Amino acid sequence: MNFNLIYESFFQILKGLGTSLEIIFLSLILGLMLSIFIVIMRLSKNMALNTFSRSFVFIIRGTPLLVQIYFIYYGLAQFPAVRDSIVWIVLKEPFWCGVLALTINTAAYTSEIIRSGLNSIIKGQIESATAFGMTKFMAFKRILLPQAIRQSIPAYSNEIILMIKASSLVSIITIMEMTGIARKIISKTFAPIEVFIAAGIIYLLLNYLVTEIFKKIEKKYSIV
Amino acid sequence: MELLSFGDTGWGDEMLRACFMTLAVSLCAMAFGLVLAIPFVLMKLSQSWILKTFANFFTTIVRGIPELLIIYLFFFGSSAAIMYVASIFGYDGYIEINAFLVGAFCVGIICAAYSTEVLRGAVKAIPKGQIEASHAFGIRGTRMLFGVMIPQTLRIALPGIGNIWQLVLKDTALISVTGLVEIMRQAHVASGSTRNPFLFLVTAAILYLILTTISNKFFQKAETKYSKGFV
Repeated sequence: MNFNLIYESFFQILKGLGTSLEIIFLSLILGLMLSIFIVIMRLSKNMALNTFSRSFVFIIRGTPLLVQIYFIYYGLAQFPAVRDSIVWIVLKEPFWCGVLALTINTAAYTSEIIRSGLNSIIKGQIESATAFGMTKFMAFKRILLPQAIRQSIPAYSNEIILMIKASSLVSIITIMEMTGIARKIISKTFAPIEVFIAAGIIYLLLNYLVTEIFKKIEKKYSIV
Repeated sequence: MELLSFGDTGWGDEMLRACFMTLAVSLCAMAFGLVLAIPFVLMKLSQSWILKTFANFFTTIVRGIPELLIIYLFFFGSSAAIMYVASIFGYDGYIEINAFLVGAFCVGIICAAYSTEVLRGAVKAIPKGQIEASHAFGIRGTRMLFGVMIPQTLRIALPGIGNIWQLVLKDTALISVTGLVEIMRQAHVASGSTRNPFLFLVTAAILYLILTTISNKFFQKAETKYSKGFV
């Protein structure tokens, strides 16, 4: 085992941390926003919206993320219509393709988390809220939403960790984030174990940080 | 559509064969993972803190590090390790390890880490009174293990194992980076040579959806069957 190499590659890989974090943060935030629309569609009485939301979640959760990344990066670029349109500004950059794929992926999983959070609230609470003269919107905002968020926090922290791990996949479409750099070092030095340890430490620290932060948040919002 | 026909001109038969390859790798990985999980579950449930720490170390690392990195480690690491051993015996050529074995091994390890948690939870969910009750009936040792503990553990763990199977199916897509011709790799090769990535990626997605949907149905059936008499 070459400790010097671990040390060197650690700092080289650390240079990719910025890109990794950008991708993770952007897709988490955009994905959370998108997931709220998906949940609203799912809960709506409109058949078309409901079916759309259901099939979106079904397709995204049923296929590997790699297929989704390839589809956006290679599949969409095939059509001249796409290349000529305004979306090409986004789709020609591997970075934004990666962010888009991760956003869509996390939105599907997050929407299920939010939905089960909403479902866990007893219906009687909304009824009593209306009995106290709250409007539907007020009951949603003051009664339903805070409880749903509290219910969803543990599952969402899991989703964030999954996203941190998933962000490594964008290295396949030429983005030089942490795993991309790690791969480059491996093919240069043929020392997979050392590089794995160096990259693994960073990912584990990142995940540890998320777990600790969410433990604090959970404690803050728990009722017991 | 011609591109997806069976025979020499189309890629239909290749895609189908790749689909069976994905299934084969997933099954091997799942079987390996579940078997590997058993010693880790026992370690986690044991009284010894060394064993407990070791098992926790394993599950934390495998679940906290991207799957792709784990695959890179074993794909590049295993041939390096074997070449090192071969060089001791005087062979200096390049040795490449079978991509199927490495792939099934990597995904199996990932599966083992997740299964350990699921199985441990299931064992813990069995009420202690049952062990006492079986002791009272004179049922001990392996008879208690196979007659009381294991059947119940499996029933409780079934939904979790179903989730892990879905995870394994999707993780096998990552093995395509090692060159094993499963759905993802085949789709990539076909899109390269026909310049029609859209079609082949949609086909790949549909194949995965078929696999996940069928296995979902299967696990649902198994769950209803084995939860008869329980609420």
